[in-house]
Amino acid sequence: MNMLRLQALVRKEFQQFIKDKRLLPIIFVLPILQLTFLGFAASLDVKNIVFVLADMDKSSESREFIRSFTNSGYFTMGYTTEDYNTVRTYLDNSQATMAVIIPPQFGAKVLRRESVDVQVIFDGSEGNSTAIASGYAMQIINRYSQEVLTEIVGDVRRLGGVTTETRAWYNPTLVSRVFMVPGVLVLILLITTTNLTAMAIVKEKEIGTLEQLLVTPLRPIELIVGKLIPFTIIGLIIVTVALLVMVFGFGIPVRGSLLLLYAFNGAFLMTSLGLGLFVSTISKTQQQAMMVGMFFVMMPMMYISGFVFPVENMPVALQWVSHAIPMKYYLVAIRSIILKGAGLSELWFEGVMLVVMGIAVLAASVLRFREKID
Amino acid sequence: MNAIEVRGLTKRFGQFTAVDHIDFDVKQGEIFGFLGANGAGKSTTIRMLCGLLSSTEGTARVGGFDINTDPHSVKQSIGYMSQKFSLYEDLTVEENIDFFGRVYGITESALKERKAWVLDIANLHGREKSITGTLSGGWKQRLALGCAVLHRPRIVFLDEPTSGVDPVMRRKFWELINELSADGVTVLVTTHFLEEAEYCNDIILINAGKIIASGSPKELKRDHIKHPILEVHCSDVVRAMERIEEEPWAVETSIFGTTIHVNVENEQQGRDAITSLLHRNGITVNGIERITPSLEDVFIYLLEHGGGKG
Repeated sequence: MNMLRLQALVRKEFQQFIKDKRLLPIIFVLPILQLTFLGFAASLDVKNIVFVLADMDKSSESREFIRSFTNSGYFTMGYTTEDYNTVRTYLDNSQATMAVIIPPQFGAKVLRRESVDVQVIFDGSEGNSTAIASGYAMQIINRYSQEVLTEIVGDVRRLGGVTTETRAWYNPTLVSRVFMVPGVLVLILLITTTNLTAMAIVKEKEIGTLEQLLVTPLRPIELIVGKLIPFTIIGLIIVTVALLVMVFGFGIPVRGSLLLLYAFNGAFLMTSLGLGLFVSTISKTQQQAMMVGMFFVMMPMMYISGFVFPVENMPVALQWVSHAIPMKYYLVAIRSIILKGAGLSELWFEGVMLVVMGIAVLAASVLRFREKID
Repeated sequence: MNAIEVRGLTKRFGQFTAVDHIDFDVKQGEIFGFLGANGAGKSTTIRMLCGLLSSTEGTARVGGFDINTDPHSVKQSIGYMSQKFSLYEDLTVEENIDFFGRVYGITESALKERKAWVLDIANLHGREKSITGTLSGGWKQRLALGCAVLHRPRIVFLDEPTSGVDPVMRRKFWELINELSADGVTVLVTTHFLEEAEYCNDIILINAGKIIASGSPKELKRDHIKHPILEVHCSDVVRAMERIEEEPWAVETSIFGTTIHVNVENEQQGRDAITSLLHRNGITVNGIERITPSLEDVFIYLLEHGGGKG
């Protein structure tokens, strides 16, 4: 590798960056916008579940029971009805996603210390939020019955049995934003760097400058490295912008070492830039590079890495595929460093995997990129 | 030693043979014209000689280096200007010159002097900071040539350098080519402007991947045009040509703008025959004169007769 030629290439890339009016928004505006939108929208929390109440009892006990729902903050009583049959209409019309039906004699039975059934119906068409909402509802009902029990026997624990006390570490309030934002940061880095590099060589191919470069003494490795250096710098700037938004905008601090965080950023960039360059070498036009990058790099990374769906829930075959997805390791590392303050002793495996994959991908694109144009 | 020696060079793309076993030599310091219609195989040949395409068969030595075994040395010793303008349009004139200079490993002090030279030949002094994309065709072309020869290569390949440039700019461009040649640089240029071919020391004509004629412009005219050519000015050119073509004494007939060129066995007999033939058909003859053949006459003759010697 000739350093002077490399230097000339890198300098040229930056001269082009400076004149490219689209690049500045990509570096600064895109991360901020994406973090803001995805940070708020990509939330799995369920709030303000509207329910319809059919209270056939209308006792002070039934009212208290319902208050435990409305006071929880998760549920809003949208409608009330006297008639069991109209409950269905509210659910059919999606006016409510849950129905609570309190039978006659609810209060009386509670006071008589008899067992009593309450019916809770969910709109199951939105599986995810229903599961979460029913979880909340069960909690509330359990707590209510426990209170009733406490009134009867005093301290419930006297009766023996097992009780669970759940604590969520690293994200005690289980706000999904805390979990999502570091993931979005990873996503931004993936999308911008893969896209930019996927365009890099194919763009020169399209405008004809690649042909001119290939008749010069430049060697393929110089050309590849000459493209990598500027894009690595851009990638690191993007991460920094995104981190600043995360820390100061969302108030999610980095618990672990910043140095380690950037080391992982660098390792992941090797793979995302390498894949981008590889796409660039196999594509003939910029559109083609876009599509290939989208379907063969970004989509698998997003869906199989655990960014959207937990890897543990995937079929075994897909779990195997996920081992080959660099973003999976990066995602684990970034979340662990930011949220748990994990160090290299916990994350060395992820680090090794990323570096190995990065080297493999880069080597592939150097080999694939020949000095000939045919 | 010849600057370029080509032996049996062949390029196939699947079933299609773009270049079919061609042989030619280019002498040191000459302007060598590489002629042929679009798709005849000119660019493919040039790209093989520059190391951009690998050859299917055959070989060539460029500047003494084998294109198959030592493409890197070939690249160090040549300059190449492609058909398509291929400098960075988003960079300034100066940034382009600097970039290519550094890629060729020109030292900063030498680069300064070469930059002044390029700005000189491209007439771009004072416009160093202009964005290259904003320049008009002729300037871009000369800038591209300047960048291609920044490193003072001994051999320069110019692929259709003057396509899309107006005649004045084209002439100025050829002055530059002549200057390079005067400095001892070997120039291999492809063109489909036949009047440009007259400026070349030697020419080869390529058709469907094969060389169908070679020699200096003078030799080509002498060897292939054995008959006098009469230029006929008349009223109904198309009908006149159809009539003349049917006659046995017309060796070759072709339309040149509003005139017809007729190759005849004998000048005087030809004149009489044409006059009477057109008169019988009610076509007014405004004049017949003998002309010296142009390369265009030669090539039309060669292409229509399937090429002479290879």
